[in-house]
Parts: sequence; C-alpha cells; structure tokens
Amino acid sequence: MDQSNIRFTKDHEWIRVDGDSGEAVVGITDFAAGELGDIVFVELPDVGESVTAGETMGTIEAVKTVADVYAPASGKVVAVNEELEDAPDRVNASPFDEGWFVRVELSDPEQLDALMNAEAYRDMTGQS
Amino acid sequence: MVEFGGWEMPVSYAGIIAEHNAVRGAAGLFDVSHMGEFIVSGADTWQFLRRVVTNNCARLAPDGVLYTVMCNDDGTVVDDLLVSRLGDDRAMLVVNAANIEKDFAHIDAMRRGGVTLENASDAYALLAVQGPKSRDVIRACPSLAPFHETIQSLAYYRYARADTPVGAVTVSRTGYTGEVGYEVFVAPQHAETLWREILQCGAPYGILPVGLAARDTLRFEACFALYGHELDDQTTPLEAGLRWVVKFKNGGFRGYDALLAEKEEGSKKQLVGLEIEGRNIARQGNPIVRDEAPVGHVTSGSFSPTLRKSLALGYVESPALESDDVFGVDNGRKILPAHRVDIPFYPSRAAGD
Repeated sequence: MDQSNIRFTKDHEWIRVDGDSGEAVVGITDFAAGELGDIVFVELPDVGESVTAGETMGTIEAVKTVADVYAPASGKVVAVNEELEDAPDRVNASPFDEGWFVRVELSDPEQLDALMNAEAYRDMTGQS
Repeated sequence: MVEFGGWEMPVSYAGIIAEHNAVRGAAGLFDVSHMGEFIVSGADTWQFLRRVVTNNCARLAPDGVLYTVMCNDDGTVVDDLLVSRLGDDRAMLVVNAANIEKDFAHIDAMRRGGVTLENASDAYALLAVQGPKSRDVIRACPSLAPFHETIQSLAYYRYARADTPVGAVTVSRTGYTGEVGYEVFVAPQHAETLWREILQCGAPYGILPVGLAARDTLRFEACFALYGHELDDQTTPLEAGLRWVVKFKNGGFRGYDALLAEKEEGSKKQLVGLEIEGRNIARQGNPIVRDEAPVGHVTSGSFSPTLRKSLALGYVESPALESDDVFGVDNGRKILPAHRVDIPFYPSRAAGD
C-alpha cells in the first residue's frame, strides 16, 4: 500500500494526512499490533477533545499487556472509530485501514515534518 | 519467543484468542517440556513423600496421579506439583520449571537414607493434548497406537505406559486447561517427531499449536493456581483455596502445625474472583481497594476469551470480605469498579466424558 503520505512516531503510531483538508487520521502500526497480540479494548479521546503531540491520548488493552497511545501531532479530535468498540480486533486485522483510531484537525501541520517516513520507520523496526 | 524458566518458548502461534478457542472447542497442542520431573525411589519412598507433600499419597492407585503442594514449616507454599505412583518403591514428581532447583534442594534436604532423589527432567519431553477432541487426536496418531483402544476409558488423574514407535511413552489424563486432555511424556529425541505427527494427524479435528499466553488464559478461566501468582512463599494453600489438597486426617506433612492453626483460627487473606466493570484489564500486582484503602492485590487478571469479560483473581484481607462484595482495582491509571464473583469462572470439564 502507498505509504508516501504517512508519517510514523517512535512509539509506533502512524498519521496520514487527508489531502488538503487539514485533517489527519491516526492509528498504530502492524508492527505494534503484532507485538501487542490480541487487542481487546481501545480507549480513545472523545470527539471535540484536544490532543497534544507526544502526550498520551488513549490506552490499548491487549490480552497480555496494556500500552499507551501517544498523539503524533496536536489538534482537535473530529472523529473516533466507533467500530473498535465492538470489534477491537480490527486493529490487529487491519491496523492501517479499518483499525484507525481517530481523525484529528491539525493545529500545526508542520509537526509532521519531524516524524519518520515509511522507510525510516521500517529501518527502526528492522523490517527493511 | 520469550525466555520462560530458562527455556525459549513461544508466546503464541496463530494468536492468543484463536488458540484459546481451539482448546475449548476442538484441541490444542502444548510443548510443556520445560516442566521438571523428579524420580523418588527406594523402600521408604511413600513414607518419605508423606512428609513432603500435603496430599495423601497412600490413596494413590497403582496407575494414579495426584495434585498437591509442598510447604515450608510455616505452611507457605514451596511449589504445587503432581505425584504419580510408579511402583511400591518409586514415584514421579512433576514440578514447575521455574522451581526445579529450589524444589530439588527442598526435597533433598528432607531426605534420609533409604530414599534416592533424581532430577530426571532432561530425560523427558512433555506434550499436552487438550480439548474435547483430544481423544480423537490421540486415536489418529500412529505413534500412539498402543493407547488407541484404552484412551477412552483412561480415568481422570490416571496414567498408562506403553512402548511405541517413538520409544517408551506415558500418557496421563491430566492438564491445565479445564478441558478433557492428556499429557504425553516422551524421550526428547522423539519429541519433534511426535509433535509434528500430532499436529498433522490432529488437523482434521481442528488442533492448533498453543503458546504460553493462551495456556495462561485457559488456566486462568478455570482458576487453576499459577506459582508466582496465586501461590508463592508468602501464601498458604488454605488461603489459595486449596484446602482439598491438605489432608489433615492423614497428617505428618511439613507445615502441618502451621496449617492446622490457620484452619482453626481462620486465614488472614483469601483468594477471590473479581469481575471488572468495563473493558479495562486488571493485571498482576494491581492493588485491590475499598473506600480508597488497599485491601489486597491482583494475582492474575485477563480478558476472558470464553466468558468475554474482564476478570481477575486476587487476595483480599479476610475482614474486607465479610462486609461487602464491591471493590476497586487500581490499574495505575484509574480505579476500575469491580465486584466479587464465585470461582472457578469456568468450571473445569476435564473429569467429564
């Protein structure tokens, strides 16, 4: 899949800008989902909440462990993936697509320049 | 793969929930070769074991196995283990991998002449076949042919031995999942062959290889104790709900006086089950609270794949149990509302047909 418009954090979140909308979609990577194993619950911020780059914005409960979700960039949450309420396993099955977490209206799009591109992320996780 | 008790073992193969469900609905294959096996032999074997373990070995049938604990003088648990009667002067003990050295030293220090203790762990690989289809799987394996006729009638906590194409094999009807199942002792040099054969011949029955994580969720649902969680050297079998393996009438075991006193005075803490409201998971070590004060701690917590809820086992101070069933669990981020529920969460079907 085309990952040219995606950026990655060192904590294994991805953020994909949606054209010129000023909005971006956030989730966790296949690497993170694989490490966590079966995900049973994802706690996410509510629509309307502000998130701050680098700060926790949610929690993932997996059968064997719990992990924080960090906001890759700052902004306001405009949509939350409601499907994850009943089907948290979407994150394991489709981490970059159906397993998305939130859509954020970015307050400072240039924050993304500081994040890794796909190649750098793959280097970091030893997947290249 | 992770390090576990000195061995490299898989956390999961296909996925924890898939493996867990396979064992409940069909069959699963576990490599539990890391477990320790000791042979106790000599004329005084059974007299000796009466002092070592709290359960009554004198009641063992010639092909019998029992579950027990062995305790320190203060009644706290050194390990939980299985004891099999191999003969009038011979017993096999199966102990937890992480406790092999400790258990050996503990038993050895109690030994007097007339009894020999051997650590035979390296002589045995151990594969567990567990699930409602486990008999079908065993009957489908050519290497286990000597057991095909008898597996249906092998009673719970009995074993059978035979020479097979993969050498001497012992099959015991024991397990750690809460389903009908068998543990197969085989020589290490044949273990891989047998593993592959079981997976291949068991495929039509839906068998999956199962890793450590699902092994834990399965035993957790059935509320089987795990040493290092529900059992440790700060805990007695009475606190852990294992009164049934402490045979006071038989007596003579190490820890008897302390445990008798506890039985008479009442336990200071008790193992309870908690249902967590919501979908957050309680984890080992999380404080159990009431009115913001700690009254206990979680020993094991998980999402239960079969019951589809968040559950926990933990110790709670006895006075806190008398007044109410409502508790909180502090997961480090917030207090999760919880209430006490009966255990086992999932009643074991292992003794059934």
